[in-house]
Amino acid sequence: MRYLPHTNDEIAAMLAVVGRKSLDGLFCSVPEGCRMDRAMALPEPLDEWELTAHTDDLARAMQVDHTYRVLIGAGSYHHHIPETIRALMSRSEFLTAYTPYQPEMAQGTLQGIYEYQTLTARLLGMDVANASIYDGASALAEGLLMGLRVAKKKARVAISTAVHPHYRQVVRTYLAPTCYELVELPVGPDGRTDLAGLTATQDLAAVAIQSPNFFGVIEDMETLGRAIHAAGALFITAFTEPLAYGLTKNPGACGADIVCGEGQSFGLPRSFGGAALGMFACRDEIVRKMPGRLVGQTQDLDGKRGFVLTLSTREQHIRREKATSNICSNQGICTLIAAMYMASLGGSGLAELARLNYHKAEYFKAALRAKGAKIVFDSPTFNEFVVEFKEDFRPARERLLARKIVAGLDLARYYPAHAGRYLFCVTETAGKEVMDAVAGEVKP
Amino acid sequence: MSTTKIPGTRGIIQEEPLLWEKGKKGRRGMSIPASDVAPVPFPPELLGGGPDFPDLSEVDVVRHYTRLSQWNYGVDTGMYPLGSCTMKYNPKINEKVAATPALAAAHPMLVDDQVQGSLQVMYELQEYLAAITGLPGVSVQPAAGAHGELTGMLIFAAYHRSKGSRRTKILIPDTAHGTNPASAALCGYKPVPIKSGANGILDIAAIAAVMDEETAGIMVTNPNTLGLFETHIREIADIVHAKGGLVYGDGANLNAVMGIINARRCGVDVMHLNLHKTFSTPHGGGGPGAGPVCVTEELTRYLPVPRAIKDGTSYRLDYDRPDSIGRVHGFHGNFSVLLRAYSYIRTMGPAGLKKASQLAVLNAAYIKEQLKGTLQLAYDRPCMHECVFSDAGQQEDKITTLDIAKRLIDCGYHPPTIYFPLVVHGAIMIEPTETECKEDIDQFIEVMKMVVREARENPELLRQAPLRAKMRRLDETQAARHPCLCG
Amino acid sequence: MKELSELIFGEELRYTEDHEWVTAAGATLRVGISDYAQDQLGDIVYVELPEVGATFARGDQFGTLESVKAVSELYLPVSGEIVAVNEALGDAPELINQDPYANWIVEIRPADTGELERLLTADGYRQLLRG
Repeated sequence: MRYLPHTNDEIAAMLAVVGRKSLDGLFCSVPEGCRMDRAMALPEPLDEWELTAHTDDLARAMQVDHTYRVLIGAGSYHHHIPETIRALMSRSEFLTAYTPYQPEMAQGTLQGIYEYQTLTARLLGMDVANASIYDGASALAEGLLMGLRVAKKKARVAISTAVHPHYRQVVRTYLAPTCYELVELPVGPDGRTDLAGLTATQDLAAVAIQSPNFFGVIEDMETLGRAIHAAGALFITAFTEPLAYGLTKNPGACGADIVCGEGQSFGLPRSFGGAALGMFACRDEIVRKMPGRLVGQTQDLDGKRGFVLTLSTREQHIRREKATSNICSNQGICTLIAAMYMASLGGSGLAELARLNYHKAEYFKAALRAKGAKIVFDSPTFNEFVVEFKEDFRPARERLLARKIVAGLDLARYYPAHAGRYLFCVTETAGKEVMDAVAGEVKP
Repeated sequence: MSTTKIPGTRGIIQEEPLLWEKGKKGRRGMSIPASDVAPVPFPPELLGGGPDFPDLSEVDVVRHYTRLSQWNYGVDTGMYPLGSCTMKYNPKINEKVAATPALAAAHPMLVDDQVQGSLQVMYELQEYLAAITGLPGVSVQPAAGAHGELTGMLIFAAYHRSKGSRRTKILIPDTAHGTNPASAALCGYKPVPIKSGANGILDIAAIAAVMDEETAGIMVTNPNTLGLFETHIREIADIVHAKGGLVYGDGANLNAVMGIINARRCGVDVMHLNLHKTFSTPHGGGGPGAGPVCVTEELTRYLPVPRAIKDGTSYRLDYDRPDSIGRVHGFHGNFSVLLRAYSYIRTMGPAGLKKASQLAVLNAAYIKEQLKGTLQLAYDRPCMHECVFSDAGQQEDKITTLDIAKRLIDCGYHPPTIYFPLVVHGAIMIEPTETECKEDIDQFIEVMKMVVREARENPELLRQAPLRAKMRRLDETQAARHPCLCG
Repeated sequence: MKELSELIFGEELRYTEDHEWVTAAGATLRVGISDYAQDQLGDIVYVELPEVGATFARGDQFGTLESVKAVSELYLPVSGEIVAVNEALGDAPELINQDPYANWIVEIRPADTGELERLLTADGYRQLLRG
């Protein structure tokens, strides 16, 4: 086995030193009744070439592979990934290092995360971002738990039904064993969250709004933020498409107290939904209630600038059951990738790319409208929008699939009220010809 | 003058500013496609100013991160005996498998027929982990070990709720990782700390004395964080089960016992595994990892939704699971990490995995034996994959574990885990893993002996260390007193 | 860490077994931590203070002290209402390390001054540390 370097002679010599006759003898402290009583039912080993061939088989089993144009976003977006990221992220000094517990020999990871925190905070218009959470959904769950910690005695949180349905499921899972209550807020006919019922809800610690929301609609965040603060609650904002902040007002500018979302758009492949990147930011005053790792700037004995993990007393390894979260990792390499992506685009590039994404979706909307399809919500959208067709769209969708185009997400499973409607997504990766092909299949 | 050969030396390391201290407005580090559609005005009331990012060229970005990477140390650089973290070699073929274009491009909300390859990987991996642990129900959705623990505790809570019993406490040994009490607390359980016995393992009587019908169960890391096998695990499990409780097995240290133990036969009901430890996926400077959860047949109905199942010859995601605790991840967990672990298991096979555990234990036992006359051993019992020493012998020289660790940096090693577990004052926890060869381990042992000699003969060398790293010791007090978290 | 002989004690102060000290300041009491406590904790980086007006029973946790790698809970030596907190500690928690007796943490209006008598004298506290 090429990962196991021991020769038989070495094993014998080492066993002699430890005073055992065989490798089995090393396990004398394991009682008979605890032992594996049969060989593990696993396939026999493959060599590197057999494994490559097997992987090719798995790839062939993918009916929709990378050559398809998948016009679905819904929390996982197709953007171009610059080749530099593939090259830089494979540097094993980053990839094969652990959490930077020894800062003197981990300054690469530490400065990289500090830069990620800074770029993320600037993107979101917040004071401080952490070194990340698992994904957008768990970030939102952690955000709501943090809101409850900040608000102390209040026991209720509200969440818009225009927040990604999977995110809401994760929030429900996290809150299930607690005494906290979750209230869902309706969506109006314009596709935006309706806060009318908010004032009747007492004891509210925080309200979570996603923008752009699951339907692609850009919420009126400033107005919502004011209303939520007026109700005495914290304003938590979520996102699945951070590229939007190259164009729209950022959450901080709209009064957000805690911001949580998914960073996959920034250089990570869709990869069936993971590894993902939970971005998480807040205002300075509440940073000690924040979950997750934080990197801070300091200096060494010679007065040179350097970086360390800091504010660790919030965390489980010190505060144990009283910690702000049980999380003890960050999405390390994913944060570096996101920072590389933000750095590669730069401020002007991010704005240009966001505009391009906006223009593509507007073109696509117009092309579909021209064929008599209805864009369900007339509020401004980013990248994604909901479409209703005059006729059953399924036959057209089948024909498009044969042309290697996956035309939108059927909303029936996620919002029964929107059955028969489709959530479309286009980014800079969708050429005009793909959008024209979809419009061409729509029966006017 | 010492004649011990040390691997560390000095290369040329470049200085590098922060990202926003370089670049020029108007530079661009990646291509943006030319637009093939007409521009449309964006509603001005929603328009923002865009973030204040630096503009950098592709060369700026590549040099920046290349230089940063050179300030780091990874498993590919050298031995990384960080106890409890299992810093084994991360095979390169796993990276290629994870980057397979058809799998890496898969959208997570495609319908089952369109993603049979992805579902096959999830299903097969579930089956493999079941075979390795002896626990038949597996979910690969949790994104990290602590996420797996939370999932496990949610399953505890769901199980007890289904029995109509409200339990408020959970037993947690004093050797546990801090994640255990923190995960239990998220589910409303109050941790009851259990002192480990004089020999470093749990006493049956200590459990029997506190286990009652208000206690949801126990969380046991086995092998424990002292690197010792909890020999009485089965008897302890029987006591917990007799009172209606469940047994959580923290599988952080599974690397010691693959093919050796059967968690079910140990009496474990729920167990999480760390794919980034035992199954060789890279740690990535802190993540992403993956923390699948394995459970008994009886508890399978509570696993997160959806699960990959095999239906005839095809695979599908099963959402129809009314007793499930729900979703714990936005999609299907860290799928790219699952792929790497899948690749590792397929490469190793059953005999290879068992051999990996045997050699991991052999390497640790060998280090324990060779260093026990040099450093004070915390517990002289047969160790598993790691061994724990302390700085007790260096106290009269006023040299601490931290000083020893920093001196090891100068010698070219990542230090072991220090000051954990908390039950050993000044702990030095060494986990070599199976992928270190004998001559490298011998060299590490020699260097450790040299450092301990230096502690006596030239303690200032240790107190000043590191002197050869990119930075000298960093002021963590200043960082915490006056946090500067954003540039 | 300091040896017992190196520790400073305020002879007129009263102490708890949790290493807080108390002294009368007019009608109110001031509370801080002992030299031993600050020495054990090391460099203090953050002090979490209660709100003025909050009331606590004797032995209740009213705040925390944090070093880089530890958290220490503060327990109120006598029941009462918080009438002031030492705001200077917000920006300069190191003041406690520099002089733990000059730098009090909270001022309380005691519910029952009799409780003060139950606390350790400096000699009693010295005995406690001696073990």
